[in-house]
Amino acid sequence: MAQWNPFEEMESLRREIDRAFEGFGGRAEPSRRVAFLPGSSPRRYPLVNIFEEGDKVNVQALTPGLDPQSLNVDIMHNRLTLSGEKIGIPGDVRPEAFHRSERASGRFVRTVDLPVEVNEQEVQAEYKNGVLLVTLPKAEKAKPKQISVKVA
Amino acid sequence: MAERTVATNGQNQSFPGREVTRSQERYVTPPVDIYETSQGLVVKADLPGVEKENLDLQVENNLLTIRAKPTEVTPGEPVYREYELVNFFRQFELNEKVDQTKISAELKHGVLTLQLPKAEEARPRKIEVRVE
Repeated sequence: MAQWNPFEEMESLRREIDRAFEGFGGRAEPSRRVAFLPGSSPRRYPLVNIFEEGDKVNVQALTPGLDPQSLNVDIMHNRLTLSGEKIGIPGDVRPEAFHRSERASGRFVRTVDLPVEVNEQEVQAEYKNGVLLVTLPKAEKAKPKQISVKVA
Repeated sequence: MAERTVATNGQNQSFPGREVTRSQERYVTPPVDIYETSQGLVVKADLPGVEKENLDLQVENNLLTIRAKPTEVTPGEPVYREYELVNFFRQFELNEKVDQTKISAELKHGVLTLQLPKAEEARPRKIEVRVE
């Protein structure tokens, strides 16, 4: 039995639209194989993965080289906002001293709409090896409930 | 600093020390910054999710090889995915003017910083000009 899930519908529509507009600027859609594309689109940095684990939602973001002081995780109305600053190369390096410059740097903000309602009080975030993991426990009403069937 | 060819499939055998296995190993090239200082070259590479133990750096026959295996923690069922952590691999040909014995590496917050000091004879020297 197929179930109509408005959240999933909206999410897939959003993804479709994202995909349609991604071609602008002459850059093809980053494939899943690409672990990290610097500055491919400011709107899409950092790349995130979302996992569901029992009564928790885990959001993982690929954020190497951040200044941990600048890292900010906010949550409001089921919207997770990640912001921070990626440390660049010290300013005293002259432009002609560069052989290669592929790593983007600077400030970023990204908002992620969460698939379920979460308990905003108990959100935890951890930054390890350049990967940010935000753990969001589901709100009480979003947890699955077992209903016992009375057999008459 | 010239970059070596970067293969995209397991069939390419031009890499020294990359054994061929049955399953096609997948890897990506990490983005790097390379710049020169008065001391030598600095290489910075983004290697998110890599622990120190899973980073393999080699310098052999003037060839610098960066190999890294990220530890992918997948907490739960994936709902939405934008990236996949696969192995990192990249090679650079070093100029012989690098003092290969004094290379130092640091891995912090998923960023590798390599210091490649110039060999003594390659450092710029001030030459005094005497005008008579």
